[in-house]
Amino acid sequence: MKILSIETSCDETSVAIVEDGRKILTNRIYSQIPIHQKYGGVVPEIASRNHVTKLPYIIDEALAETGLTLKDIDAIGVANGPGLVGALLIGLSAAKAMAYSLDIPLIGVHHIEGHIAANFLQFPELAPPFLTLVVSGGHSHLVLVKDYETFEVLGKTRDDAAGEAFDKVSRVLGLGYPGGPAIDKAAKNGNASAIPFPRAFLDKDRFDFSFSGLKSAVLNYLNGKKMKNEPIVVNDVAASFQTAVVDVLVAKTIACAKSINMKTICIAGGVSANSLLREKMTAAANDEGFTLYYPEPILCTDNAAMIGSMAYYNYVNRGESGLNLNAMPGLKIGTRS
Amino acid sequence: MNILTIDTSTIVASAAILNEDKLIGEVVINHQKKHSEKMMVAIDHLLSDGGLSIKDIDVFGVVVGPGSFTGLRIGMATIKGFAQALNKPVVGVSTLESLAMNIPCSSGTICPVLDAQRNQTYTGIFHFEQGQLVRDIPDAVMEIDDLIEKLQTVTGDIFFLGDGLPRFSEALLAACPRGKRVPNYLNMNRASSAAALVLERALKGEVSNYLDIEPVYIRPSYAEEHHNDH
Repeated sequence: MKILSIETSCDETSVAIVEDGRKILTNRIYSQIPIHQKYGGVVPEIASRNHVTKLPYIIDEALAETGLTLKDIDAIGVANGPGLVGALLIGLSAAKAMAYSLDIPLIGVHHIEGHIAANFLQFPELAPPFLTLVVSGGHSHLVLVKDYETFEVLGKTRDDAAGEAFDKVSRVLGLGYPGGPAIDKAAKNGNASAIPFPRAFLDKDRFDFSFSGLKSAVLNYLNGKKMKNEPIVVNDVAASFQTAVVDVLVAKTIACAKSINMKTICIAGGVSANSLLREKMTAAANDEGFTLYYPEPILCTDNAAMIGSMAYYNYVNRGESGLNLNAMPGLKIGTRS
Repeated sequence: MNILTIDTSTIVASAAILNEDKLIGEVVINHQKKHSEKMMVAIDHLLSDGGLSIKDIDVFGVVVGPGSFTGLRIGMATIKGFAQALNKPVVGVSTLESLAMNIPCSSGTICPVLDAQRNQTYTGIFHFEQGQLVRDIPDAVMEIDDLIEKLQTVTGDIFFLGDGLPRFSEALLAACPRGKRVPNYLNMNRASSAAALVLERALKGEVSNYLDIEPVYIRPSYAEEHHNDH
């Protein structure tokens, strides 16, 4: 089954064709990062304007790259939440019209479940159950994937998403947008133990995150330095901040896995491309004898192939979506509305 | 030639199918903005009640703007999706000229007025000549006082319509003694009015395609407008 999938939940316009949930035939991503950079973050209205203009071109590119025509497509998958509502509506409206015109199923996909499915695309042997840490600009969740359609959220952020903290700290450090790669790069030349930023472990027996305190600690540190007219070593701040985030993510993930006796862990989402997170999570998983999976960076970022993978499993287990499918900016994991 | 035209530029969600002979069907829902939920379902009903399939549509029409940015994009993404999937031409018409088409036999000036927020209006000025819609000024976003100034040179009746009336009709009617408010049932966007223009243009070969057609926002995004303020 070949699914053409569309992802427009934030600032990437992406179209993929995925076969049987596992094989990527094409995964085209038009990134709007250069457009939003001068504003220091994603401007929703500008993202939506670009989506509606670019999407048909990206669809044509995806077809051209594979040599397929729309007649070869068996279903249309689309991320319908969570995300920026105006942005989601572009992909959703196009997906509905195309599925209806081609008389093939329309399949709504939860964007975070899509991130989880990114690992299915890279690892043929991977199958539920497993625990996934999904970390991106908008999300920080520990999700138990019981089977292909049953998800249980075991922990999530109570305030900022991990990626959001990266973006904000990057902005105040003058490292620009997006913050994840910028901080990762700066941190490589910094001393991670230079500044003892706080690690918010919250309740030890629960697996929720909090990153707003850390963000405030960085801001306070920078303000204090400025007040005292002392120099700021940007690379040290980046490294110390990044380590504080990663320490919490790794500790909570490992503790959560142990608490449910789960020996398979995946990481996914934009922040899972972070080199320190990969390194520390690998080391911690090895210590515990856990198996760890993480996808290549292109599958960590928002992309349509992950939506195509999840669309396949949604369709097999639950069938198609109705024509009244709406964009759900606050869609909860494991729910459809 | 079967034309399917949709309009999601304002609070009204509307779709119509028409050909050279008749209006086959129309849906007008003037209640809450849930265009994304309602539009495809409405189109599906319209087609099946009209004994048609989406594959029987020869040209897809869409109201390109001005209007609600999100609304315009729902309509535009939908029409692009149809046209791309079925490899058919598209025709875009302005929200304002479509409104003017609601009152085609009027003798006088027609001034559609949309609420553009920030005390501004998306507006245009039109009249009919031998049954044909004639545009007197380009669609624009302007302060209501600027519109009133433009209307001072108009002689004869002026018909006002559009979702800007609740906010602006008092000022407009006070400034224009021959101004008239179009009755409520004709005061809103209807896809059949747009479709009549789409058909006219399609018959003349004035068509576009799913890649080139774009929303006409008139106004840049707030971020772009204010980026250089600081």
